[in-house]
Amino acid sequence: MKKSEVPQDKSSLANVTREVCYAKEDEGCYNTALSTGWSIKAEALENAWTEIDRLTEEARKEVVAGTKSPVYYFMQRKLMDIALLAAYTGFWKITVRRHFKPSVFEKLSEKKLAIYADVFEISVQELKNFRG
Amino acid sequence: MNIDFKHIQSAHCENGVTTNLLRFHGYDFITEPLAFGLGSGLFYIHIPFISISNGPAVSFRTMPGAIFKRTCKSLGIPVEHKKFSDAAKAKQYLDNQIEIGNPVGCQVGVFNLTYFPVEYRFHFNAHNLIVYGKDGDSYSISDPVMETVTSLTEEELQRVRFAKGAFAPKGHVYYPVNIPKPNIELLRKGIVKGIKRNTRDMLYVPGGIAGVKGIKFTANQIRKWPTKLGDRRAALYMGQIIRMQEEIGTGGGGFRFIYAAFLEQAAQHLQMDKLMHSSDDFTRAGDLWRAAAVEMAGVYKNRLVGQEAYDKIADMLVEISETEKMAFTKLSKIKF
Repeated sequence: MKKSEVPQDKSSLANVTREVCYAKEDEGCYNTALSTGWSIKAEALENAWTEIDRLTEEARKEVVAGTKSPVYYFMQRKLMDIALLAAYTGFWKITVRRHFKPSVFEKLSEKKLAIYADVFEISVQELKNFRG
Repeated sequence: MNIDFKHIQSAHCENGVTTNLLRFHGYDFITEPLAFGLGSGLFYIHIPFISISNGPAVSFRTMPGAIFKRTCKSLGIPVEHKKFSDAAKAKQYLDNQIEIGNPVGCQVGVFNLTYFPVEYRFHFNAHNLIVYGKDGDSYSISDPVMETVTSLTEEELQRVRFAKGAFAPKGHVYYPVNIPKPNIELLRKGIVKGIKRNTRDMLYVPGGIAGVKGIKFTANQIRKWPTKLGDRRAALYMGQIIRMQEEIGTGGGGFRFIYAAFLEQAAQHLQMDKLMHSSDDFTRAGDLWRAAAVEMAGVYKNRLVGQEAYDKIADMLVEISETEKMAFTKLSKIKF
């Protein structure tokens, strides 16, 4: 890549940082250059978030429909999967999966709810009362 | 206490931490490309039975931690590593190091790094930064991918040091110890060793999923995606490859270009013009990867669909594989 080809596209890094790229000077040696972003990358990232938003929205609808508990919704919102949520909460994966059931979730102790709330960075009230 | 620390931004976090720590200790000759080359950082692997965020797990670099470890080793510098099960002890240890004026490398999770924009935060736990000072509740942070130094509160730093999941850092800290005087002869030897190890890794790693063969493996997978996964998921997979290839913190910074820059610097240190030609080979590989990314973007923007588009991308990856194979074969034939 030539220094003149280093992309200067818009990205969400604006006002945060520019990225270092290695590119060739015209006379032929490598040097570093700063890039504000590359549209190709920015779109890949945007695409990934569209998918995350879609999954989160699906999870929300399941809570509304009463087929999944708020734990499931907030897991999606925090970009987690069952294994990761289990690692953060210290519960077994199978336990986490059980907590997705609204009937099981209703009976969870305050202590367990507090563990989830802490991982999701919300209050216990918010978690308990989330209806979609 | 704040240590007199000079922050130099880099394209990739682990290269940057290695470079910055070594320069702090008087290794003025170390640059990011040299750290990457001494650490044999260039690699490719596609792990078929693992998925990351519901997409393919590919990596364009060697395993986390190896660059720092190998670079220090080849320069004859011992390193200290510590992991913790107790977060309070981890904090105490870090505070003590800063107190005695020793900046340390920290492995952290990206998800809760508050100075990153939210869009960039994923559950990725092999990011690296340097903590070089503390003022009350606030740590001074040199994150190599950032233009300037930043800071994190005690609570924020604890959160990222004890992120969970794959590559959980467990408060991992590392730094060089008993640092010997910089020795340019060791650097020359290290360059040769780094090139040889990298050649071996890319050309002769067993199995079909890593090294130059790994790139072909991905090409073959890509051909199957449209029928196997359907258009939507296939497009998502494409996006993931680009993010692994280019994105901040994970892939990052065009490793092929960094390697080309390394070979240029190696040519000077070893007085070997042949390495300049090899540098050009890797520039070509880097340019091909970028061209492939542009083509892949066509897929996830739905401008290009259908088997043909995937075949074209697969063909480009095959060409990249051949290019890198040729480049490393040439390197392997150089008599140092």
